[in-house]
Amino acid sequence: MDQIFEYILAALLVIGGIFAIVGSFGLLKLPTMMQRLHAPTKATTLGVGSALIASMLYFWFYENKVSWHELMITLFLFLTAPITANFIAKAQLHRATDKSDLPPTGVGTEWATFDPEVSSVNPDLLHDRDPG
Amino acid sequence: MILNYALDFAFLCFGLGLAMNLYRVFRAPGVTDRILALDTMVINVLTLIVLYGMRTGSGVNFEAALLFAMTGFVSTVAYCKFVLRGDIIE
Repeated sequence: MDQIFEYILAALLVIGGIFAIVGSFGLLKLPTMMQRLHAPTKATTLGVGSALIASMLYFWFYENKVSWHELMITLFLFLTAPITANFIAKAQLHRATDKSDLPPTGVGTEWATFDPEVSSVNPDLLHDRDPG
Repeated sequence: MILNYALDFAFLCFGLGLAMNLYRVFRAPGVTDRILALDTMVINVLTLIVLYGMRTGSGVNFEAALLFAMTGFVSTVAYCKFVLRGDIIE
C-alpha cells in the first residue's frame, strides 16, 4: 500500500513537471503571440495543479493532516488563468493588431478595444504598435 | 525513495521553466509577452515554494504560496489594464 501510494505521488509530480516545462518552452518557441498565449495559460496551470494535488496527498498520507491550502491555490489558479489570458489577449489585440485585420463582430457594436467611446482615454496608445 | 527522485525531477522542471520565463522577460518582441512571462514566473515560483514545503515536511509555506497566487493575479490584471487603457483605476 505504501509502495503504491508512493508511485502515485511520484507519477503526479513527474506529470506536473513535464506539463510545466512544456508550457514554459512553448512560451519561447511558438511563432506568434496569440499562440504563445496558450502554452503557459493551459499547460503550466495543469502542471501546477498536478504538483499541488501531489503535495496535498503527501501531507494527508505521511503527516496525517489534511491541508486545504493546496486545494484552494489550485482552485484559485484554475479560476484566474482564463481571466488573465483574456486580459492579455485583449491587450495584444489593442496594441499589435490592426483594426482591418479583425473579423466582423456579428453584432451591432465594434470590437470593444477599438470602440471610439471606450478608447477615448489616451489615443496615443493606439499608435505605438508592437511587431506582435 | 522514488518519491525523492520524482521531487528532484519536479524541482528541475519548474526551475528550468523559471529560467525560460526569465529569458522571455528580458528578450521579448512585445510588452504583452513580458506580462505573460511574469505571470508564468509567479506560477512557477509558487510551485517551487510548495515543493520546498514537501521536501522539508512543513506546511508553514502554504500561506506564502496563496499570497503569491493572489498578488500575481492582481498585478497581471493591473499591468494589462495599464497597457490597454493608460490607467488602472479610472
